[in-house]
Amino acid sequence: MFQVRIHGRGGQGVVTGAEMLSIAAFLEGCNAQAFPSFGSERTGAPVVAFCRIDNKEIRLREPIMEPDALIIQDPTLLFSVDVFAGLKPDGYIIINTNKTFEELGLGEFSKKFRPERLLTVSATDLALKHVGRPVPNVPLLGAFAAASGLISIDAVASAIRDKFSGKIAEGNIAAATEAYNTVKNEMEAAHA
Amino acid sequence: MLKQTEGSHAVAEAVALCRPEVICAYPISPQTHIVEGLGELVKSGELQNCEYTNVESEFAAMSVAIGSSAAGARTYTATASQGLLFMAEAVYNASGLGLPIVMTVANRAIGAPINIWNDHTDTMSQRDCGWIQIFAETNQEAADLHIQAFKLAEELSLPVMVCMDGFILTHAYEQVDMPSQEQVDAFLPPYSPRQSLDPAAPVSIGAMVGPEAFSEVRYLAHAKQMQALDLIPKISAEFKEIFGRDSGGLVRSYLCDDAETIVVALGSVIGTIKDTVDEMRAEGHKIGVLGIHSFRPFPAEAIRKALSKAKHVVVLEKSIAIGVGGVVASNVRLALDGIDSRIYCVVAGLGGRNILRTSLHRVFRQAEAGELEALHFLDLDWDVVNRELERERTQRRSGPIAENILRDVSAVRSSSVG
Repeated sequence: MFQVRIHGRGGQGVVTGAEMLSIAAFLEGCNAQAFPSFGSERTGAPVVAFCRIDNKEIRLREPIMEPDALIIQDPTLLFSVDVFAGLKPDGYIIINTNKTFEELGLGEFSKKFRPERLLTVSATDLALKHVGRPVPNVPLLGAFAAASGLISIDAVASAIRDKFSGKIAEGNIAAATEAYNTVKNEMEAAHA
Repeated sequence: MLKQTEGSHAVAEAVALCRPEVICAYPISPQTHIVEGLGELVKSGELQNCEYTNVESEFAAMSVAIGSSAAGARTYTATASQGLLFMAEAVYNASGLGLPIVMTVANRAIGAPINIWNDHTDTMSQRDCGWIQIFAETNQEAADLHIQAFKLAEELSLPVMVCMDGFILTHAYEQVDMPSQEQVDAFLPPYSPRQSLDPAAPVSIGAMVGPEAFSEVRYLAHAKQMQALDLIPKISAEFKEIFGRDSGGLVRSYLCDDAETIVVALGSVIGTIKDTVDEMRAEGHKIGVLGIHSFRPFPAEAIRKALSKAKHVVVLEKSIAIGVGGVVASNVRLALDGIDSRIYCVVAGLGGRNILRTSLHRVFRQAEAGELEALHFLDLDWDVVNRELERERTQRRSGPIAENILRDVSAVRSSSVG
């Protein structure tokens, strides 16, 4: 089972992000389960959502305590919420930021993890560019698809079309694709 | 067709496939997405010949449901928590009149203190109201149970409450195999009422009944629920024939055959318990889980049979009968009268507290060793409890309990951060 925990703030599409991830995984032939940390949702308040992916029925209903991947939609959460709690040593961290892990003050912390699994993505900028709204959830899914290889960018695009239509869907697909290609290029550059 | 969808939406689609003729809608979390989904299906024309009525309260929702069901229309509504309590008088009327309304309850705690999260207190408060109460383990089962519920309700002329965990199921995206209209039509015949208000053949429904006949009416209500004990497994078997999967029934067991310890539970937590059971089995523990899928009628015989060889029975429930202990556990104790096994009640998940595998491992092992108390509150914070008890011992004007406790909890949090 592969478990993803998404941290963000109300209004950033955290819950929708987890739902789209589950749809993409389903389209890849997996079982998937997405659910929010339930609460009185308010714009700007810290929000957590979860997605489990497996090749068999998912029965577990507890929140994700030991994620294989973390998607952090808002870097201002890094020092107010224990976003890294339970992350496995070989886990992925994807942060929406224009800074590096060093610049975020995570230089020392990040040494505990595999460097090729730590990513930063300018997801808000990509969303503004392609969708016109600062909603970083979709580009981060594109980046996750590239980094993890668990889901294809085509599945991400289909999941976006399941949730949105028309110009908003196409803009989000463009944003996800650019994030996907950027991460792919970075991975190839690191290998070269 | 297999699809990845939200639990509420799967239920809305399943209800629509049952061709309801009247839907009474009033929003309350965590049920709202279901009636919203049905509203969309009516507006788009996918669900036809259905009057979708926005009402002004839950009391109105059930009152309109009573009227439309008495007029012979297949009727659906949904609610949760305080909404169920607010409609309580009409809830009793619906069953007392024998009207086959189907209602989803997206299980949620009851205040005060106000709490929007999941537990089973709402439906448990109505356990003796005369409605049939069936519980879903997954979103697949939630969708399936609604299709079975209309058939069950209409065959017996009794209302059915389909209980599904609020948020944990209603707001979860997972895969659901949505039946086709042809399958549902083959399973569920058009509604043929035992009684209906028809100007062409006038009757009155709702007579005042005095001491001369009230006991007989009440006995028949009980007798009908006893009939449901035979009908529920029959409908579940018919459902399997057409749809090809196990859904519903009275109880379902998992790894119980040789189990010395059996956990009894209702609803979505059964999934987490199954994973815990697998982990404990891998370490050699003889443990299983029995899911109760029909709580009313209470399947005492089926439960007695399933638990008769267990040395330890742990009833894990998301409800508490204050002043007694567990609601489900009290019922299970009655079913096991005379059987020599230890019965433990674990109250868990109240007001949305997470039920974690680590905590389940701990209490199940304690039960196996005979070291669990008869009534145990899972993951209770005794420091917080004792601090409030101390306050009440030492101060007459100790203040509102919920506010005191919230202050204590946030003080602990901020001191551990700083």
